[in-house]
Amino acid sequence: MKKATPETEILDTLTLEDLCRFCQADEAWVIELVDEGVLEPMGATVRRWRFEGVSIARAKRARRLNRDLGINTAGIAMVLDLLDEREAMIRRLSRYEGV
Amino acid sequence: MDFEDYYKTLGVARDASQDDIRKAYRKLARKFHPDINKDADAEARFKAVNEAHEVLKDPERRAAYDQLGAEPQGAGPFQPPPGWDSGFEFTGAGPHDNEGFSDFFETLFRRGATSHGDFNAGQGRDSHARITIDIEDSYRGATRVLHLRMPVVDRSGQVSLEDRKISVTIPKGIRESQHIRLKGQGGPAAGGGQAGDLFLEVSFAAHPTYHAEGADLYVTLPVAPWEAALGGHVIMPTPGGKVDLRIPKNARSGQKLRLKGKGLPGRSPGDIFATLKIVNPDVSTDEARALFERMARELPFDPRAQMKG
Repeated sequence: MKKATPETEILDTLTLEDLCRFCQADEAWVIELVDEGVLEPMGATVRRWRFEGVSIARAKRARRLNRDLGINTAGIAMVLDLLDEREAMIRRLSRYEGV
Repeated sequence: MDFEDYYKTLGVARDASQDDIRKAYRKLARKFHPDINKDADAEARFKAVNEAHEVLKDPERRAAYDQLGAEPQGAGPFQPPPGWDSGFEFTGAGPHDNEGFSDFFETLFRRGATSHGDFNAGQGRDSHARITIDIEDSYRGATRVLHLRMPVVDRSGQVSLEDRKISVTIPKGIRESQHIRLKGQGGPAAGGGQAGDLFLEVSFAAHPTYHAEGADLYVTLPVAPWEAALGGHVIMPTPGGKVDLRIPKNARSGQKLRLKGKGLPGRSPGDIFATLKIVNPDVSTDEARALFERMARELPFDPRAQMKG
């Protein structure tokens, strides 16, 4: 049993290279996700891309869906949109049930 | 260590074809994928399904597993017979996010898993895990102790699951689905390189009063009929402390009020959105009844004026 008190930081913005390492994916695949509109990095050119919180979490989800279920980028884009919609609906529903 | 019935996990017969196994696996994987299924036990089911598939999809590994026979009779921990895997050739495998499968899997199938291919350029692998915190933790910052089980490889290539306890400082202002990075707390490096990082994906535990969207907090604020009608100030408790909120005159039920900057803290703090909900007092005294009766008599109010039919 090890006990440690390591330093923590919020993962704020990642470059393309950082994001690839983070979700164990290659650059071409991440670029495809950006083309598909799944990820929306800041910055005009690929080398200047900065991925922020929401995009980081989406990229990780996308990678898992791709790796675990074999879904391609177009499929991932649709699954993530539908999941967002479902989440919003569940949230609205719970608000009405609470009232 | 408990025996794992991989056929049962996938819901297939022991003589199922490789094709049937693949189909059963894909169906269950879709159903229990933790990104799709939000049930509390989905992640555990998904992991079990993956573990079963990892063994049964590989004919060599499946044959070795079949050799062990059906679940042994009687209680007590399972022990593989000596030489159970002789004559079968397979290399180790395991889950992608090195979280570790069951002891059963790790003992039988994982030996030597990291002997090649898992390390690149002497750098340790990153690890990923989730952490659930309370909304209040984001307001104040907090320390949580995280229990992790990670497969570790010793010098002789033996793999075992190690329990790790890490105390994690939750940074103030963290939002749901953001990641916390713990540098050097991931997989160890081969040959003195840099250890990998540990990434924790944050989710908020369900809160009876609030729910967070990004940096903003949403809450239903109950108000009395006269508070809504007359307007005025009410005191609302928030995770950041009590705040004074002005209710406009003639406020409607469902009306949204914004408290700027009272959401999750940070460089650009979020807001609190309070949705008004008018609640009536129980009319249990003569005095209360008299007041409502007077309103009923004297107020020309038809709540159903908009309804036609």
